[in-house]
Amino acid sequence: MRWIIARLFGRLPIGWLQLTHSRTRFASALAGVAFANVLVFVQLGLMSSMATATLRPYSFFRADVMISAPDADSLTEGGNVARQWLLQALADPEVEAGIGLFLGNVTWHLPGKGLVLTTFGVDPAASGFLAPDIAAKAGVLSMRNAGLLDRLSRGLPRETAAAIRPQTPLSFEVSGDTVTLYDTFAGGGGFSGDGHMVVSDQTFLGLFPARSSAAPDHLLLRVVPGADPVVVAERLRDLVSDKSLRIRTYAAAGREDLVYQQTRRPTGIIFGFGVVIGILVGLVIVYQVLSTDVADHLGEYATFKAMGYPPRFFLGVVLEEALVLGIFGFLPGLGLGTALLALMAQATTLPLQMTATMALSVFVGTIVFSMLSGVLATRRLAAADPADLF
Amino acid sequence: MDPGPPVVIRGLNHWFGAGEARKQALYDIDLTIARGSLTAVVGPSGSGKTTVLTLVGCLREVQEGSVRLLGHELRHAKPNLLMLLRRRLGFIFQAHNLHDSLTAIENVRMGLQVHGAMDPRREIEAAGHALALLGLADRMDYLPANLSGGQKQRVAIARALVGNPDLILADEPTAALDRESGSNVVDILMRLGKARGTTTIMVTHDGRILDRADRIVTLEEGRIVADTAPFAG
Ligand SMILES: Nc1ncnc2c1ncn2[C@@H]1O[C@H](COP(=O)(O)OP(=O)(O)O)[C@@H](O)[C@H]1O
Ligand SMILES: [Mg+2]
Repeated sequence: MRWIIARLFGRLPIGWLQLTHSRTRFASALAGVAFANVLVFVQLGLMSSMATATLRPYSFFRADVMISAPDADSLTEGGNVARQWLLQALADPEVEAGIGLFLGNVTWHLPGKGLVLTTFGVDPAASGFLAPDIAAKAGVLSMRNAGLLDRLSRGLPRETAAAIRPQTPLSFEVSGDTVTLYDTFAGGGGFSGDGHMVVSDQTFLGLFPARSSAAPDHLLLRVVPGADPVVVAERLRDLVSDKSLRIRTYAAAGREDLVYQQTRRPTGIIFGFGVVIGILVGLVIVYQVLSTDVADHLGEYATFKAMGYPPRFFLGVVLEEALVLGIFGFLPGLGLGTALLALMAQATTLPLQMTATMALSVFVGTIVFSMLSGVLATRRLAAADPADLF
Repeated sequence: MDPGPPVVIRGLNHWFGAGEARKQALYDIDLTIARGSLTAVVGPSGSGKTTVLTLVGCLREVQEGSVRLLGHELRHAKPNLLMLLRRRLGFIFQAHNLHDSLTAIENVRMGLQVHGAMDPRREIEAAGHALALLGLADRMDYLPANLSGGQKQRVAIARALVGNPDLILADEPTAALDRESGSNVVDILMRLGKARGTTTIMVTHDGRILDRADRIVTLEEGRIVADTAPFAG
């Protein structure tokens, strides 16, 4: 390390020597940076798992354009859409097909706990609107009160999920009705539910007697091959008479849902805030260490000034220290963060994990913010007046 | 090298503080220092010795009068010129101000690195030579914490000398040294002065130095009250 810095800066690695001079101080400084890193990692992990969880239900379906109620900020929120708009939309020559999508929460009372399943009701005949894995199993849905279960639902025993087969279905009670699960698909628990279930629209309406077949939650449209969903969505906004409806491409709907979750829902805001806190903690720690270091060496720095060292020399020393703190604080932070996310994933079954993108962006952020702290800390150097040395 | 004397001071006045507290520290100082000479500055505490040194050393702004250092006027000089001039000076402060995380030889190398990149081997050789001159050949890799006060001061002197300065400015440099290393330092400073034309201005009350100085300037209350050349003629 000494050698690298000496090569890099073309001088003695003063910053490195100064930082490592007191082992305990160096260790606690690194612990501080690592702590800030862990904080950011956990929050970023939660944010990215929120993204995974938010976008996951979108992956159960295949559509090009989605029509939703004006207040439908997410898949599960907002009012419903009259089916009549589907007929209007189908009048567009580039709209090939469309279905209504129903959404509601069903609680499956397992011994000791209730499993909240986000339940989707779709026309089982329109299997083109289902993801291939689900479409392949959708045949059973035409039976009354039949369902496909998310086998990765949080709190669902693995063996129970594995035992669900068309030959060995499993039934459970939902407010007087009996739902029979014939098969499973891969989903996973999220922030608003423990898992998912897909049923036919008829079954859905049976489970939710208050809902009407004339008013699904969303309308999913497929465009003809070669048509651009963006253009079609644009055109539909003109065509459909209810101008308050949200008519977006299916991809845009997912993106906007995510932005909504991360910036307007309290949980998302808290995670984002946590990242900011982590960055601030890191900034303050590095600033504190570096400015204390500068203050402790004012006499020496003043001597260097007297000897004719230019301002950039001092900036260089402090940046060198910032770099050392950033790099050597990041490494344990990465290790701890990875371990902590894995532990949390196990405890919550949320899709929490360290990703290369996260590691890289936190590393770059750590270096940038350490340097920034370093630049701030050099302001203290102004107090090093060589005239006071004599 | 610049022709003429390295330091020429004319009509130098200096004040500290502002308003009511403004107090004059130097009055109308005229002083010309000859190349290669060792000038001792003496006088009671508070007489302005250090102030003269900091003005000549480009560490304070010249307020009134003229200081010409190595051919450059310091009054109204740009910070960059002052910085470059300082690189040609060797400062020996009362406090050694060694970097506690650098070894003796590394501290001395800092006196060389200010002049720009240099072959590390030659740098180590030059720094080692400077330390050896000051009797610290066996202490090169010691951290300051493991050196005595006198040894630390000698390292600081080596750091000031290693870059072959045109002018050495020292403020009571031997105060912290024992008798023997004190004379040793005086010997070295004198030898350097003679051999390389290094000029030295030193604030001191050390009789051993006064005995061998080319010139003794006495300050009192900010004025030069005596200027003698013990060995002249
Ligand atoms: N930084 C300063 N601020 C205010 N007054 C100062 C400062 N430095 C020196 N003085 C005053 O200037 C006068 C000369 O001081 P100085 O040059 O340090 O004297 P000496 O070195 O001969 O003891 C003294 O009266 C001292 O109090
Ligand atoms: Mg003094």
